Amino acid sequence: MSRVKPDVESWQQKTGMAKRGVPEGLWTQCPECKATVFQRSVDENQNVCPECDYHFTVPGSVRVQQLLDTDSFEEWFTELQPADPLGFVDKKPYAERLKTEQKRTGLSEACIAGKGYMRGRPLVFALTDSNFIMGSMGSVVGEKLTRAIEAATRMKLPLIILSGSGGGARMHEGILSLMQMGKTSAALARFREAGGLYISILTNPTMGGVAASFAALGDVILAEPKALIGFAGPRVVQATVNEKLPPGFQTSEFLLKYGFVDRIVHRHNLRSEIARIIDYCGG
Amino acid sequence: MADASNRRKKVPTPPLPFEKPIFELEKQLQQLESQLDPSPATKDAVRSLRLEITRKKREVFDDLDAWQTVQVARHPDRPQTLDYLELVFDEFVELHGDRAYRDDRAMLTGFGRLSDEKVMFIGQHKGRDLQERTEHNYGMVHPEGYRKAILRMETAARFGLPIVCFIDTPGAWPGPDAEERGQAWLIAESLRDMANLDTPIVCVVIGEGGSGGALGIGIGDHIAMLQFSYYSVISPEGCAGILWKSVEHRDKAARALRFTSRDLMKLGVVDEVIPEPLGGAHRDHRAMATALKGSLIAAIKDLRQIPRDQLVDRRYEKFRRMGVFQET
Ligand SMILES: [Zn+2]
Repeated sequence: MSRVKPDVESWQQKTGMAKRGVPEGLWTQCPECKATVFQRSVDENQNVCPECDYHFTVPGSVRVQQLLDTDSFEEWFTELQPADPLGFVDKKPYAERLKTEQKRTGLSEACIAGKGYMRGRPLVFALTDSNFIMGSMGSVVGEKLTRAIEAATRMKLPLIILSGSGGGARMHEGILSLMQMGKTSAALARFREAGGLYISILTNPTMGGVAASFAALGDVILAEPKALIGFAGPRVVQATVNEKLPPGFQTSEFLLKYGFVDRIVHRHNLRSEIARIIDYCGG
Repeated sequence: MADASNRRKKVPTPPLPFEKPIFELEKQLQQLESQLDPSPATKDAVRSLRLEITRKKREVFDDLDAWQTVQVARHPDRPQTLDYLELVFDEFVELHGDRAYRDDRAMLTGFGRLSDEKVMFIGQHKGRDLQERTEHNYGMVHPEGYRKAILRMETAARFGLPIVCFIDTPGAWPGPDAEERGQAWLIAESLRDMANLDTPIVCVVIGEGGSGGALGIGIGDHIAMLQFSYYSVISPEGCAGILWKSVEHRDKAARALRFTSRDLMKLGVVDEVIPEPLGGAHRDHRAMATALKGSLIAAIKDLRQIPRDQLVDRRYEKFRRMGVFQET
């Protein structure tokens, strides 16, 4: 079992958040309000723009630090490593892509799972990290999540899964990725039968096979503001009907309006909101 | 063509590129057979041509590549759910309601009878001619279609009816209306609820098994595929567009995705491949229907032997095992 350490600096370099013309990593431009802001003031503000409240993407390890009580997280299943069951090759072999992604992100896969505390409340916590092959779900992500759900069932702990997946089910593992949707949903069915509380947190972006499986199955579904959430990608939707999509289509606010998200929660308030829900459900 | 259900379209469909040699031989055979008073030599020629046609069909269809399989799976003459409801089922009592929004015609549900077996039928239907395809939205289900399927399956479980699901969809409908009505949510709920039903569930991919839209009715105890159907995480066109940046590479994507019945059997995702008539199901609806009916009845009889209180655990273990990874 290893502890997750924040790796903010390398994240900034990797994602190229720092713009040209300003010293590397010192300043960043907000994609929403276009203001040039101190990277440190963004970091210290839980990766939220101090000018306009835009919620930047947060690397998984940083997310763990932000959400869980200090040093309380015990990461599980780190022994799980991705394989290449199909021998998949597109413009580059999947096996090579995995190595590159691992090196670039410092992660072994797109999922972190384990046990931690939130304001003193014990819980099982898992997330998908959109920085690793778009947070897509292959066998390892499905297996880690399923083991986490099973552990929460066994330990009778609340389950929190934070989704960040632009990629949905990972193409490179073919049908096996699709089946992870069935596997995780079946595990949640058992967890639910056993009386467990599952809070699903949707962050930018949560799409495709991730949205259409574990992410949609929370007893309570929270979303960060202005996250892109949906089944089909906006470009596919647009191409399907060949018409312009309304502003705000497939955002958290859109889904709140149509009844598929329960609350939109500012990142600063996630911990207190989650703790409160756990208390209501007798966690 | 040999036979046809009432829904067969009137205009003959041109051969697929790799079917051309077969069609050529069949044309020759037709000419020979149309001779009024054939000589013994002609009769011999007919006999050997028939053998040659069989040989050719076997040669072509034993060795279809992934993209060719997709073309067969999408063949406009391929039997679809409504054909099978006529040819496989002895009765079908359609139930239309989803109790919330509307009757989704891409998802057909109702009571069905297979010889002595009473079942709940759930099936995606694509449609053949333009009018029918429009009515059934090319088999692309909206959220209300999944809601309808969930309601039928819950009824089936309450009354101990086995469930039969026919999968045939290019994918769930990716339109703005589906997003507004929670496509992802309804598919997810269907996955979760199917996992928990204490009644036998048999799923058959009869044509296209398109991604989450297919899996949405795919959590079963026995998963079968017709030989030339495919079942994939993404369409070959979609995959080629994303990874190769052009749909022109759809044949490469098709190969890479390993989604033919043979591949899926090897990957342990399906339990049975139902062989198709020589030359594909589109060449002989009746023979395909007979084989399918036999498989369905056998699968249901087998599953009935399992005590109902063990079905859910058994189904869980089945999906629990899926996935390939390393443990270091
Ligand atoms: Zn801003």
